[in-house]
Amino acid sequence: MTTTASPRVRGGGRALRRIARNPLGLLGGALLVIVVVAGVFAPLLAPYPPTEVHFSTPFQVPGTVGFALGTDDLGRDVLSRVLYGTRASLEVGLLSVLLAVVVGVPLGLAAGYWHRLDALVSRLTDLMLAFPFLVLAVGLAAINGGGLGNAAVALGIANVPTMIRVVRAETLRLRERDFVLAARAMDAGSWWILGRHVLPNALPAIIVQATVIMPAAVLGEAVLSFLGLGILPPAPSLGIMLSDAQQFLFRTLWPGVFPGLAIAVICLGFNLFGDALRDALDPQTVSEG
Amino acid sequence: MGRYLFDRLWQSVLTLVLASVVVFLGVRALPGDPALAMAGEEADPAALAATRTELGLDQPLPVQYGKFVGHALTGDLGRSTRTGTPVTEMIAATLPVTVQLAVFAMLIAVLAGMAGGVLAATFRGRWPEWLANGFSLAALSVPTFWLGILGVVYLAVGLGWFPASGYVSPLADPLRALYYLTLPALVLGVTHAAVVQRQTRSSMVGALTADYVRTARAKGLGRAAVVFKYGLRNSLIVVTTVVGLQLGGLIAGAVVTERIFSLPGIGKLTLDSVFQRDYPVIQAVVLVITAAFIVINLAVDVLYTVVDPRIRVSGSSS
Amino acid sequence: MEPLPEIPLLEIRDLCVSFGSSEVVHGVSLTVMPGERVAVVGESGSGKSTTAHAIMGLLPDGGRVTSGQVLLRGEDVTHASQARLRKLRGREVGLVPQDPMSNLNPVARIGRQVAETLVVHGLASRREAMARAVEILGEAGLPEPERRAKQYPHEFSGGMRQRALIAIALACRPELLVADEPTSALDVTVQQQILDRLETLTHELGTSLLLVTHDLGLAADRADTVVVMSQGRIVETGPAVDVLTAPRHEYTKRLVAAAPNLAGVHAPEPSAEPVVLQVESVSKEYRVRGRGGVLKAVDDVSFEVRRGRTTAVVGESGSGKTTVARMVLGLVDVTAGTIRLDGDDLVGMSRECRRAARRAMAPVFQDPYGSLDPTFTVERLVSEPLRVLGIGDRAARAARVRELLDHVALPSSVAQRYPNELSGGQRQRVAIARALAPDPRLVVCDEAVSALDVLVQEQILALLRRLQDELGLAYLFISHDLAVVRQIAHDVIVMKAGRAVEQGPVDQVLGAPRADYTRALLAAVPGARVAAPS
Repeated sequence: MTTTASPRVRGGGRALRRIARNPLGLLGGALLVIVVVAGVFAPLLAPYPPTEVHFSTPFQVPGTVGFALGTDDLGRDVLSRVLYGTRASLEVGLLSVLLAVVVGVPLGLAAGYWHRLDALVSRLTDLMLAFPFLVLAVGLAAINGGGLGNAAVALGIANVPTMIRVVRAETLRLRERDFVLAARAMDAGSWWILGRHVLPNALPAIIVQATVIMPAAVLGEAVLSFLGLGILPPAPSLGIMLSDAQQFLFRTLWPGVFPGLAIAVICLGFNLFGDALRDALDPQTVSEG
Repeated sequence: MGRYLFDRLWQSVLTLVLASVVVFLGVRALPGDPALAMAGEEADPAALAATRTELGLDQPLPVQYGKFVGHALTGDLGRSTRTGTPVTEMIAATLPVTVQLAVFAMLIAVLAGMAGGVLAATFRGRWPEWLANGFSLAALSVPTFWLGILGVVYLAVGLGWFPASGYVSPLADPLRALYYLTLPALVLGVTHAAVVQRQTRSSMVGALTADYVRTARAKGLGRAAVVFKYGLRNSLIVVTTVVGLQLGGLIAGAVVTERIFSLPGIGKLTLDSVFQRDYPVIQAVVLVITAAFIVINLAVDVLYTVVDPRIRVSGSSS
Repeated sequence: MEPLPEIPLLEIRDLCVSFGSSEVVHGVSLTVMPGERVAVVGESGSGKSTTAHAIMGLLPDGGRVTSGQVLLRGEDVTHASQARLRKLRGREVGLVPQDPMSNLNPVARIGRQVAETLVVHGLASRREAMARAVEILGEAGLPEPERRAKQYPHEFSGGMRQRALIAIALACRPELLVADEPTSALDVTVQQQILDRLETLTHELGTSLLLVTHDLGLAADRADTVVVMSQGRIVETGPAVDVLTAPRHEYTKRLVAAAPNLAGVHAPEPSAEPVVLQVESVSKEYRVRGRGGVLKAVDDVSFEVRRGRTTAVVGESGSGKTTVARMVLGLVDVTAGTIRLDGDDLVGMSRECRRAARRAMAPVFQDPYGSLDPTFTVERLVSEPLRVLGIGDRAARAARVRELLDHVALPSSVAQRYPNELSGGQRQRVAIARALAPDPRLVVCDEAVSALDVLVQEQILALLRRLQDELGLAYLFISHDLAVVRQIAHDVIVMKAGRAVEQGPVDQVLGAPRADYTRALLAAVPGARVAAPS
């Protein structure tokens, strides 16, 4: 149905045009394109399988023929591992965002729209907030024994409360708007109002929050894997690479440089793009346009 | 105000109770039988049953929970299955280290973050804002522990400015304690400084473009007076919120920082107990961290009443 | 140079102000003599507030004076140093800003905010300033100034906040007071009290007044000289009475003609048309938190609306008029009483029956920016009631939308546009088209023209009247504005604190009011001097 899709497409188009006029947003977008291409096409781009060891050639420096970014202590190709690690980081990030959205958005809408549910959801939020994400990850690791899914679930749950709060605040704001009142006066049901008025208008805030969760989850994955609570070796992860590199710091710094840079580039991309998106979607400036 | 504090207090107690239930059930959901672990793999069924009774595992869950809470309230959090040391002692030994680290780091974060935020908001569109924003973006994009590793390599080992690892109690030697703690606290504080800075900046920009600031200028107040009296005071509310929200990240960061700098804090205890599957310790540590978290959040809410008169008087936030 | 009495206190010469590359004030010139009261009148976007702010060097970011001069007692302060401006602001020129809700620092005590002005200008020590602040607040008409000075803005009502802002502006006894729409956010009776107090104070202190307002009547009542601005230019200047009774410029003429006034237009003929809406002894109670108290928002109100007629509910904020509208619309539950639509009681009705009843009535809300979902196209907005109620198929709905747009005099090309591409008046037309979509017999207009500029307001009122004649619509018209009510209503109910203090045919109630409160309301309406000739 074209009439349903068009406002969002059009609003999105305008937001993108606004970002294109913002040099930092453009830089963020460019970094994201690079990162996503690297992650999605890692199997095609990587010269070696990420876990393939070359015991004869450990600690190669970047620029070595055959190992563009050098090798680590086991002779594994750093470039291949960084590509696959980026892929894993993005997977964890996306899964966390998905979890936060799937759980947080409906709860936020319900808490904001129905006063009766508000207290219940607020207690739930408080309870979730009482467990720092690392404690969650520790608990999940103790139960499941770690892994990519474990990291994604811990980071996703950790981000549910803020998503609930953002959506709840938006819903509270929107439900008092006259257009919702108008819809209620024409006897539109709660689902109609939530689905057609509240959610579409809360979408910008949800998207912005997603761009906040994404880099936080990528950093969180690195931390968990670094501590041995996230992705398990020998699977490639940027956090594990840093953890491995730390043991041989005094021999060579190189294996630690590129995974660190990769994390920084992913996060910088999301942060810059998210900031630009926030400015572009700012209701104060949008409503005037 | 009394009502507001009362509400917050009972909500915190409720959350704490719920959290203790979650922790209790979570530990019961862990794989492996603690009785089997304690009695040994070769123990005969009778011995196993005896251990089970001794641990109270044969009783219904609510009774077990009641005992767990009762013991916890009297300071008895059980014994480590590895070393047999009372868990309370282990926590008492490690918690102060983490608290020092966290407080020091938060101090750095709030001071540096607010200074940066004020600069950025006051000099909009000029180089101090670019500098401050650049710093915060970089700090938010770089993993803290990577910074920590680089700090160890360059500042500690390379230049020898700081010790690369280790801990000295401030009771033994305050100056050396500070010397040992500075680099870890800096590493831990940087990310949080960036968050505080961004929030301070945006709330100050909001405050400085507010109508009442124009009214203040119409009274004849100078720019600097407006920035400090109006912008900063209003952004204190936001900073208080941010500090509360940052605590979770701070605890996570502390675990990593302790690992990098080999600090004998509660983070290290947590990790060790997870890898050794020392369930009583995991249970106690999670409970203590969660309780601390709830108490600090309550303290933040109390702080609100000092910072924001709207809560102080009417008992509700707008 | 010795300031002589002949030298104007304020002289603006050919002032041009730009935001970025677009000029918004084009060569404005005006003078204010010592002790004179000058009103600058214009619609939103006319540049009147920008001009006022330029005097004090308080243009928002991005705004700058591109040419012309601002002379204060002959001294050019157009591009004065920050130090000079700081001395000028508050001490020589005071500002009473527009919105009392957002202009006080929420985290500082009122007394301190007043005292601050005195301290900044070195007129008092901190301790003396607090005592002076209490005195000044008392002067501004704040009851119990001693106690109030220790409170925070959120404990104040709008009128009290505006008094505090006046106290701040006059604390240092400036020679010129710039009042930027000082009462547009307040109820008429409060507005009158505030303006009276402002008049007394400025008169006593010999302060000159530059009053910025959108309200012609208010300007006529409160100023000696009126300056009319439109699109960044001054179109007419002259003594208040002359400008408003014998306007020379085309724009001023239109403005004066459009300004609703209390002169009657309807003959009070009784109607034999059937009753569409009958409200009988309706009450609404809210439970107040704690103490088990009850707030009676609406208390035993009865009225009816006939086909092709308009019944207006007038009152100030807190009178319960909006609650009445919401109860009729079914948005708020009724505590007691009955509401009949075409004879059917809506209160005890089942959900299905109510749905059918909903087709018979539709709302138009105040804020044309807030009442239209910004993510919807005009077509989706107008057809939404049809989709909610399941009326017609897609083609039928599209045809109906074109028909409705035609009804409200909008080109069918706007169907695919979004609300934020339309002007305020166009948006309100869209809202009216949406209300008409299910072919209602009753339209509930909740302050439907209050947010619009005078000229647009006149057009929308004309549209509402035309639609009423063509379609035989019944209107329940909620408004705070007696003059607007006079223009559109046949019957009127005056509400105060939840009760109907007076009701009847509009000519009788507004022409010969019996209740004291109605008289007070009528007396508070500005513009008695404009209304006289017509």
